[in-house]
Amino acid sequence: MSGKTALTRARFEERFFGVARWIVIAFLAVITLLPFYYMVLLSLKPIDALLLDPGSLWVSAKDFTLSTYRDVLRSTDDGGQGFLRFLLNSALVSLGTVVLTLVAAVPGAYAVSRLKFFGHRQVSALFLAVYLFPATLLAVPLFVIFAKIGLSSSLVGLAVVYVAQTVPVSIYMLKNYLVTIPASIEEAAALDGCSRLQTVRKVILPLALPSLMATGLYVFMIAWNEFLFALLFLAADPGEWTVSLGLAQLSNGIEVPKTVLMAGSVILTIPVVLLFFAAERLLTEGLTSGADKS
Amino acid sequence: MPTAPAGAPQRRDTSRRTTDPSGERSASAGRRPLTASRRANRAGLAFVSPTFLVVLVVVVLPIAWTVLLAFQKARLVDIQGMGLFGNWSLDNFSQVFDSAGFWSSLGTTLLYTAGATLGSVLLGLVAALALRKPFKGRGLLRAAMLLPYVAPVVAVAFVWEVALSPQYGVVNDWGRRLFGWDDPIAFLSTRQYEVDLLGLHFDVPLALLTVIVFECWRYFPFAFLFILARLQAVPDTLEEAALVDGATPTQRFRHVLLPQLMPVIALLCVLRFIMTFNKFDDVYLLTGGGAGTDVAAVRVYDFLTARYDVGAAAAQALVLALSLMILLGFYFKFFGNKVQEEA
Repeated sequence: MSGKTALTRARFEERFFGVARWIVIAFLAVITLLPFYYMVLLSLKPIDALLLDPGSLWVSAKDFTLSTYRDVLRSTDDGGQGFLRFLLNSALVSLGTVVLTLVAAVPGAYAVSRLKFFGHRQVSALFLAVYLFPATLLAVPLFVIFAKIGLSSSLVGLAVVYVAQTVPVSIYMLKNYLVTIPASIEEAAALDGCSRLQTVRKVILPLALPSLMATGLYVFMIAWNEFLFALLFLAADPGEWTVSLGLAQLSNGIEVPKTVLMAGSVILTIPVVLLFFAAERLLTEGLTSGADKS
Repeated sequence: MPTAPAGAPQRRDTSRRTTDPSGERSASAGRRPLTASRRANRAGLAFVSPTFLVVLVVVVLPIAWTVLLAFQKARLVDIQGMGLFGNWSLDNFSQVFDSAGFWSSLGTTLLYTAGATLGSVLLGLVAALALRKPFKGRGLLRAAMLLPYVAPVVAVAFVWEVALSPQYGVVNDWGRRLFGWDDPIAFLSTRQYEVDLLGLHFDVPLALLTVIVFECWRYFPFAFLFILARLQAVPDTLEEAALVDGATPTQRFRHVLLPQLMPVIALLCVLRFIMTFNKFDDVYLLTGGGAGTDVAAVRVYDFLTARYDVGAAAAQALVLALSLMILLGFYFKFFGNKVQEEA
């Protein structure tokens, strides 16, 4: 009797979760894709079409327009919003951050993962603890320091702040990868007469290339998406705005139609999403390596 | 603080070599090779110092300065002429603790953080379980599901803002069509929304709830990624054995999968809690901190930019960081072992 009820319960559950699984999958697909579809959709219609029928989920052929993009990208001199300039600023800051962060993080990650030096436990704990400090806590002194030394509206200053934000994560990601490279490879290189520095340059770095790329990509994303520090440091100087900041400032203007805002959002999102899809596997593995060890 | 231990062994090294006469002689005759561990020690210090220096300059020192600023009367204009050690006082702290806004903002922050953490981890868990077994298009869906997490916060915040708008938002339009809403609902600017359910009368903090939902939506991919990675590493034999024993899906989840996932879930909860507690941009962009969503980070920003009161902002940031640490301290005291294993 009890065996029979257990069986029916099992069968009921199998069937229930079999269906529920697909409902969940459909739900997840909708909530993740629909907002992005909506963003692209609105960017392709004139504002009147949106106001007339806010609920429509497509754009008719006669409404279809690219003028929103033209408006956003055109320089301010030509009456546009100057997003090309912002794109360039964002690219400069993000790439600079990637390079600086990797230069700062690689030696540390290598040391923490490979070398037993005095205090290595404390140092790696410090790197992790730094990761836990709030950006707002850092914002106060950096705001003041930068105001003091005149870096407050420069892209260089912003990149330096981003390095502070990304170094801890980078060390964590790189370290998790470096520990998986067998030490015997290094020993072989040492036997062949390589110094430690040569070993790192000629053996470890090429082997760690996937991880370097994943980390670099993640850092790029953080820097490209960042908003608080850009707002704090650059708000006064429109020539130096990043795309995120430019878009946020644009939304405060009363005369900018929402469809133009959406075009700006699409422009802000596309580089990150393209990069992400090009290297999705790399990035997810880089992020979660170490998460699956029991 | 780690400078002392980091420098200490090196000093000991050199002193020993110079005082030890045999070492001195062999060094001149052709340097005696250092032991492997000592070489690793030296190399380690050499490799870690650039990184350490960067972290020291851009993170540790600024934080230390925040602590100093919190005890000083500092407005942005005075700072130019101020020394590092000005007049010490606890004024900033008494100002912070005396203002009613601080306590209500702390409460809001806690609600927001707890809701967003639980929601995003739970949704991530459900998503990971649903996408565990392969199906056609899983890879594509998995990648697409990470979109909210990788997309720029400014862009997604605007999409939500536009979609939820009472005037031209798609949500209100469809709500009226499908559910017959009489009036458009201002999701992002309604502090209390009255709901009548089964004759009961509720006040729902609507704006706060919307912001929490946004946060769950944006960060569930993060939890999903980590839980899925862990799920994929669970050995099949465990579940097969449970299946042979006649365990139902819920039993298999409860007794086989969940214990395996617990460490990563605990770690995710801690990480998300810390991140959300300090979150600024999401709330600032969606509501500007209005309508009952004045989380602490937005308040710090207001102190800094609207009043240029650096001292008060620093004091408040410090109080927040400390309360976060106390919360974490409790957590680690009671559940610490699991998380530490994972980290």
